[in-house]
Amino acid sequence: MTSPASGSGPGGHADAAYLLDSAGPAAPPRDNGELVFAAPWESRAFGVALALHESGRMDWEDFRQSLIGEIAAWEAAHPSGEGWNYYECWLRSLERVVSGRGLINAGDLRARQAELAARPAGHDHDEAGSHGHEH
Amino acid sequence: MTSPTEHLDPALRVEALASLLTERGLLDEATVETFIKTYEQSVGPMNGAKVVAKAWTDPEYRARLLADGTAAIAELGFKGPQGEHIVVLENTPAVHHVVVCTLCSCYPWPVLGLPPSWYKDPAYRSRIVREPRRVLSEFGLDLDDSVEIRVHDSSSEVRYMVLPERPAGTEGASEEELAALVTRDAMVGVAKVTVP
Repeated sequence: MTSPASGSGPGGHADAAYLLDSAGPAAPPRDNGELVFAAPWESRAFGVALALHESGRMDWEDFRQSLIGEIAAWEAAHPSGEGWNYYECWLRSLERVVSGRGLINAGDLRARQAELAARPAGHDHDEAGSHGHEH
Repeated sequence: MTSPTEHLDPALRVEALASLLTERGLLDEATVETFIKTYEQSVGPMNGAKVVAKAWTDPEYRARLLADGTAAIAELGFKGPQGEHIVVLENTPAVHHVVVCTLCSCYPWPVLGLPPSWYKDPAYRSRIVREPRRVLSEFGLDLDDSVEIRVHDSSSEVRYMVLPERPAGTEGASEEELAALVTRDAMVGVAKVTVP
């Protein structure tokens, strides 16, 4: 962990330095050494959901109920808990709400996925890398 | 209903969704980026730490915080999604509060940022309800048997934040110094605030 503000004491430093103090107990964006998002696609899935909600195109409670259903279904299918990824459930909920509310037709979504999957190797700009894949 | 495409790389699925939404004018990429940056960089447990430190040093603020968490938190400028109904629970030597969301991951974003992975984990969400004392012990928090543990299940109606006990030996500390001691885990209720 880098510590841009290491050396500054707990008192007296400016607000900006306080925010940057990644060694501090409450430091963003990583807390206790943990990143907020484990992969770029997780942050994208998060941002898309919030943006759709903010523009009034997705009701948050709709999304939350869908997320609760996805989590419960995953847990029922995986009693050991192995392979858990919260943002997988988040993404499935997002896909379901978006197609369920008619924002994007499910067939169109599958066609676009197939198009992207057919891109030549090395074109994956997201660099999700090893931790972005399901097993 | 099950999509046949769930085996695909999630990064690809997000891009498929986002690109279609953007092309149809349903999604603004700049807004997406702003939300990501905000929650990666600006909104986090340091907000809640400031709330706690103020409550420790200002009895009137503490009273307002316990009476109406959302309003008192907004006094410090912290508001936004998932912060509409925040209830603040005060830990005492006799009662220890701990927070969970058993169904999903409800969490008071404006004061704590996004939840850590363990908070979303199926094991924490089920076990903290069934055996809170043992789970807290696994977090390194061994509470005396005389301490009552209350587990609070967050929902869309109520998001909880714990007001931890102020540690002994901090009588002369400033509000800013106190805020630096307060951890995310203490505000979820899986730790106490300690003086290093």
